[in-house]
Amino acid sequence: MSNKSFRQAINEALAQEMRRDPAVIVMGEDNAGGLGAPGEDDAWGGVLGVTKGLMPEFGRERVLDTPISESAFIGAAVGAAATGLRPVAELMFVDFMGVCFDQIFNQAGKFKYMFGGKAVTPLVVRTMFGAGFRAASQHSQCLYPIFTHIPGLKVVIPSSPYEAKGLMIQAIRDDDPVIFLEHKVMYDDEEEVPDEPYTIPFGEANLTREGGDVTIVAFGRMVQFSNQVADKLEKEGISCTVVDPRTTSPLDTDTILECVADTGRLVVVDEANPRCNMATDISALVAQEAFGALKAPIKMVTPPHTPVPFSPQLEDLYIPTPEKIEAAVRAVAGA
Amino acid sequence: MQLSREDLLKAYRDMRTIREFEDRVHDEFAKGGIPGFVHLYAGEEASGVGVCMNLDDRDKIASTHRGHGHCIAKGCDPKAMMKEIYGKRDGLCGGKGGSMHIADLSRGMMGANGIVGGGPPLVCGAALTAKTLKTGGVAVAFVGDGGSNQGTTLESYNLARVWNLPVVFVVEDNGYAETTASAWSVGGSQKKRAEAFGMPGTEVDGHDFFAVYDAARQAVEFARSGDGPSLLHVKLDRHYGHFEGDAMTYRAEGEVEKLRQDRDALKIFRTKVSEAKLLETGQLDEIDAEVKELIDQAVAESEAAPPPGEEDLLTDVYVSY
Repeated sequence: MSNKSFRQAINEALAQEMRRDPAVIVMGEDNAGGLGAPGEDDAWGGVLGVTKGLMPEFGRERVLDTPISESAFIGAAVGAAATGLRPVAELMFVDFMGVCFDQIFNQAGKFKYMFGGKAVTPLVVRTMFGAGFRAASQHSQCLYPIFTHIPGLKVVIPSSPYEAKGLMIQAIRDDDPVIFLEHKVMYDDEEEVPDEPYTIPFGEANLTREGGDVTIVAFGRMVQFSNQVADKLEKEGISCTVVDPRTTSPLDTDTILECVADTGRLVVVDEANPRCNMATDISALVAQEAFGALKAPIKMVTPPHTPVPFSPQLEDLYIPTPEKIEAAVRAVAGA
Repeated sequence: MQLSREDLLKAYRDMRTIREFEDRVHDEFAKGGIPGFVHLYAGEEASGVGVCMNLDDRDKIASTHRGHGHCIAKGCDPKAMMKEIYGKRDGLCGGKGGSMHIADLSRGMMGANGIVGGGPPLVCGAALTAKTLKTGGVAVAFVGDGGSNQGTTLESYNLARVWNLPVVFVVEDNGYAETTASAWSVGGSQKKRAEAFGMPGTEVDGHDFFAVYDAARQAVEFARSGDGPSLLHVKLDRHYGHFEGDAMTYRAEGEVEKLRQDRDALKIFRTKVSEAKLLETGQLDEIDAEVKELIDQAVAESEAAPPPGEEDLLTDVYVSY
């Protein structure tokens, strides 16, 4: 056990799985960096350094730099997965899914079903998401509801370094295609993370706080904000359960419904745009399955229905904040 | 490598099986027995068979929406294919894929594909697997003249080149992307496109099995020996429309009749092997009769086969969930 960043936790998961299984390969734009260039080799290790050091250990045959050509290399990762490798392909920013989505949703996600159950596609697509980097509209989106919508895909959103390592190892060992979403603001977050490999199963929510008054369901970075709110309100006598589902597909609906049955009050915090996102999905679930348990209308905390703005002042208004979450919790608690 | 008598008989049998299969699907579709969209490969047999005769169990192919011929050429079971096209439970894909997604990974057939240009990136991945695991395998992407204009295809040319992958891109140019002439829709030439990406490109007469076979043999050997990707531009004709039900009003009057008369891959094959005294007409006629019986059985069994049931709707989405 030692203190590790979100970045180090993912890097360690990749390295340990590559040592364990020679079929695991890593590919993406500048995953090592400097290929064919006169300067340093392993120059970047990925644009934010997550894959740094893998190429020197495993060689360029297993750490493949790619052209900026997502359709081809994400598709190649799908084809490689269907024929015997376990590729971890990096889609640098999830916003770039627009140029390669066919290979993810029409190919990888459907092989097993279309081919009568006979295809196995153990693919991981690692991708960076989320606002807060002043990266503007095309480098800041969440988009995980779109992947969640597709049968055949699994969708993972780690909320801390410990979660990231265990979920990444699970993703690599999983036999279905997995979209693994890393919030770009969290790479330098640190906590105690075991040195040895471990897995965290998909579809099993984690309760990061437990309390009797209000259930907060949140994803990724929003789990951290929700924990802050829960800790603050606890001192005022409003006790919250914070549910981190960890994966949006599969979704641990049982735990969400149990928590709502206990508290009777629900706030869903989702950094994705508000139409057809996880907040609407979970709200619909609870309205349909646990309406009788509700003591107050459900509250959703989301950004507005706009692209992510560039200006720091506007972006700060866009992102759900602890203050907005707190207001929603107070509203349902007081209702 | 010289083709043996057995090879020639197999080539003819595969081509005849494709032709009989497709002609029969055409008839049965017209009668209303087959659901959905069907795109037929009749007329293009020499390409699929000429290429796949050079492949073995290590090798993978990815196909197009016009995929029945590639399936048969790579060794898929025609009866299971027919059941799939009929949407039956015992079909090659349990009735869940249909004509456009017919696949048999155990035969190295990675699927027909409903997305034009969907296959080439997948084939780069299959080739990457072969290269990484050192299987000695080669991967072949069949793509039409329409698919040759997709970004996925052109990106795959580049990726296969820079990763030096054992890939053969086979552009089957039947003259039409749906209704639009390839003479209009393709900028530059397929061969020059290949050369621009640093790989050999070869133009091939796709009506002539022997021309395709020879060109593919060189391309497959090139890939297998580690020299990387190459491209075959195979010019051929389709006997039917883009899909079944296409009235083909965009084609010239008498065009199909003429090409059936003058440029039919099966007729050309028969003439060549007979004139060269490689095979006897009687042997070929015998194959024709056997294939006809096989396809008759395939249709009869498909019509009689049970459809999937409600219990099949929810299975096969995930390995575990």
